[in-house]
Amino acid sequence: MVAISKIATGNGHGEDSPYFDGWKAYETNPFHPIDRPDGVIQMGLAENQLCFNFIKKWVMEHPEASLCSAEGVNKFKETALFQDYHGMPEFREAVAKFMGKVRGGRVKFDPDRIVMSGGATGAHEMVAFCLADPGEAFLVPTPYYPGFDRDLSWRTGVELVPVVCESSNNFKITRAALEAAYEKAKEANLRVKGLLITNPSNPLGTILDQDTLKGIVKFINEKNIHLIGDEIYAATVFMEPEFVSISEIIEEVECNRDLIHIVYSLSKDMGFPGFRVGIVYSYNDAVVSCARKMSSFGLVSSQTQHLIAKMLSDDDFVDRFIVESKEHLLKRHKYFTLSLSQVGIGSLKSNAGLFIWMDLRKLLKEKTFDAEMDLWRVIINEVKLNVSPGSSFHCDEPGWFRVCFANMDDNTMEVALLRITTFMHKHNEAMVPRKLCRRASLKLSLSRRRDDFMSPNMMSPHSPIPQSPLIRART
Amino acid sequence: MVSMSKIATGNGHGENSPYFDGWKAYETNPFHPIDRPDGVIQMGLAENQLCFELIKKWLMEHPEASLCTAEGVNRFKETALFQDYHGMPEFRQAVAKFMGKVRGDRVKFDPDRIVMSGGATGAHEMVAFCLADPGEALLVPTPYYPGFDRDLRWRTGVELVPVICESSHNFQITRTAMEAAYEKAQEANLKVKGLLITNPSNPLGTIMDRETLKSIVKFINEKNIHLIGDEIYAATVFKDPEFVSISEVIQEVECNHDLIHIVYSLSKDMGFPGFRVGIVYSYNDAVVNCARKMSSYGLVSSQTQHLIATMLNDDDFLHNFIMESKEQLFKRHKYFTWSLSQVGIGSLKSNGGLFIWMDLRKLLKEKTFDAEMDLWRVIINEVKLNVSPGSSFHCHEPGWFRVCFANMEDNTMEVALSRIRSFILKNNESIVPRKLCRRSSLKLSLSRSLSRRMDDFMSPAGIMSPHSPLPQSPLVRART
Repeated sequence: MVAISKIATGNGHGEDSPYFDGWKAYETNPFHPIDRPDGVIQMGLAENQLCFNFIKKWVMEHPEASLCSAEGVNKFKETALFQDYHGMPEFREAVAKFMGKVRGGRVKFDPDRIVMSGGATGAHEMVAFCLADPGEAFLVPTPYYPGFDRDLSWRTGVELVPVVCESSNNFKITRAALEAAYEKAKEANLRVKGLLITNPSNPLGTILDQDTLKGIVKFINEKNIHLIGDEIYAATVFMEPEFVSISEIIEEVECNRDLIHIVYSLSKDMGFPGFRVGIVYSYNDAVVSCARKMSSFGLVSSQTQHLIAKMLSDDDFVDRFIVESKEHLLKRHKYFTLSLSQVGIGSLKSNAGLFIWMDLRKLLKEKTFDAEMDLWRVIINEVKLNVSPGSSFHCDEPGWFRVCFANMDDNTMEVALLRITTFMHKHNEAMVPRKLCRRASLKLSLSRRRDDFMSPNMMSPHSPIPQSPLIRART
Repeated sequence: MVSMSKIATGNGHGENSPYFDGWKAYETNPFHPIDRPDGVIQMGLAENQLCFELIKKWLMEHPEASLCTAEGVNRFKETALFQDYHGMPEFRQAVAKFMGKVRGDRVKFDPDRIVMSGGATGAHEMVAFCLADPGEALLVPTPYYPGFDRDLRWRTGVELVPVICESSHNFQITRTAMEAAYEKAQEANLKVKGLLITNPSNPLGTIMDRETLKSIVKFINEKNIHLIGDEIYAATVFKDPEFVSISEVIQEVECNHDLIHIVYSLSKDMGFPGFRVGIVYSYNDAVVNCARKMSSYGLVSSQTQHLIATMLNDDDFLHNFIMESKEQLFKRHKYFTWSLSQVGIGSLKSNGGLFIWMDLRKLLKEKTFDAEMDLWRVIINEVKLNVSPGSSFHCHEPGWFRVCFANMEDNTMEVALSRIRSFILKNNESIVPRKLCRRSSLKLSLSRSLSRRMDDFMSPAGIMSPHSPLPQSPLVRART
């Protein structure tokens, strides 16, 4: 018998979950409009696919952004050799500028505080390594991205303690919830080192209001614990209210900046998860210094730094991209949520993210997580949609599902909606169906109806929709 | 006071070393042929800069390798979205093929065992996380790459126990040395989980012969510990004897394949350290599985996977590149060692790597590491060359220095050599100077008499050297 490490033989990677089944269903039979029209449609992957034509156009007009074109090849050698963990200055400047623009120019980011990492995945692990020792803990509001269990804990030994947020107040992060979690940690003899918030929220798609943010900043200062703000969905806020970043709040209230750190990435805002552009931005010099040394384990490819530096240094492109992206997301979100409401399916009112937080509580046979699992298992075979059950996000209440809408083209969206509609009709006995408009009239009357249907108290017939687990989807 | 982690506040990053001074000297006054002709020449960075013309030519002929050209842009979207930690199949196939070709096709690599990592730096850390628990240990033959202290230990909590290799044996790894290290670990109550060898060696530039490799494989099987072979310099073997990889030896002797893992990268063989193409190749399924999941922390950018896949799938290019690279390295190594020997400076006989292991023992005031440090500190100001002292590689004997030769163009090499010559001449009292040929006649007679003369001058024992301390560079930023 050959011995490997405990980390290697344990389950910290988080992939031994029951949701693997949903993913398998997708993988063995993925939807394709021509080759596999009856396959499973992927709605469990939070990808932003809506702006690629815009990006491709820019790429074709800027051959100097590539190291392999006639215009760029003279920079090939120096770039291929560049392994300095400070990162290319032009890359850091471009990212800092982009982050500022995404926040409406309301705050400026210092390029020298930009540290690279292996995607947001690497960024989270790196921050955990910098701030906490094995056995210490971070508070994390639920529901939260399942990858945190692996990213923050697996190789670091750091514990996560949930801050339970409830549907009764739209999953707000309350002072009471924060205090309760802090107490719970103490009772378990866990030393709390920080609080990690995701804003805009995954999976909720909501943003934190100013008061909540101020309350959070006050809380962490009182307890002298770190605040890590995962803002990787910052540019996906497609309608009012406007996004408020931690970086803005700390300019308005008293705060020890050594406690403040932001995790960023281009995976969601730009749709570039493959390029592994992870960023740690800390207001704490010692953390910047340490993180920078650690970044050696996951630097951004200099080839990619070069491309991103060129792209995000183009003010015109950035300004138009941000607007274009919001427009596409708004359109898709509007259409999707309205169509769902037409068949009686409601979701949490949201203005950001690449997904909605669908409310199917009324479809559960009983208010249990087993019933939630039954719901999606049944639908994997019937509706053939892959979405993510709330329990995978540590939601405290069964019946919620995260459904992604920005990772497919319009036609696929239509197929998905058609399947949902068909399924709802088949099973809709208990409720009076709402007026089922044809798509055309839906679009005509969109704005007024949207407000009608967006409240979470929507009556829904049972329409279990399967979800996808998160083996490979780093969502 | 805001509290961070112990890892963050400790010294495990390895940068608080005295060698920082040498690096500073370079950074504040780096050589430039026109702007700063008196600046410090960097000879402490193991980079391979000799083949970029060939690579650039290939790039211009293959626009489809880029996602940003007309030929490649249709793959932009799917590539930008591709984050699967299995890695692109074509990327893994291309890397597996390259690894095979570098070993003369004597062994085949399975693309499904190729796992990505954040450079070799990330690969080493990942392997340590997979194989050992905090407090457990890996044996590492000295002298070794200083980055191992950080990569294998910093965030993992794994310990390193040196296997002392001595100049009297040309720093070969002996059974005795391995047993002694293993014993030492036992005495210190450290559970040994593996042995890490670097072959070709950094900093020695030598390769391991078959017998040594077999003996190592035998040793690790007997102790039932892992063998990690860092083979990132595999394609830099520029002359005979031929490189022998662990992957070949395990086909010839009895071995539990579950103990065998290879770390690879394109940073040295291709000269692409910026692209962060790190590879872990394991013969152990459980390790492949675990490493693959961990690779999420340091995947190779899909943009780069695409470029590398296209490049390394071109058999013609592969073949030409490997040949060209060897030729360029061979030429540069020959010229450099020859020129050094002309002024009485010897080095360990080597046939791989991007550096030589220079022997300046006879120039030490006394056989101590303090004297070694004095040597380089004095020379930073005089010869203005940045090289790395043996102590930074945990060499057990003072007086050795690693000097890189493949990270500069010919003109810069000439300047470096001319500085060395001047310095030696100025300080040469105790040695009869060897015939100091003018450069041109050196080159003329090079090919004719090189092989013979090289053997004369290359033996580590007995080269008489006047004191010619050469400064080195520490490794704060140089991931060498």
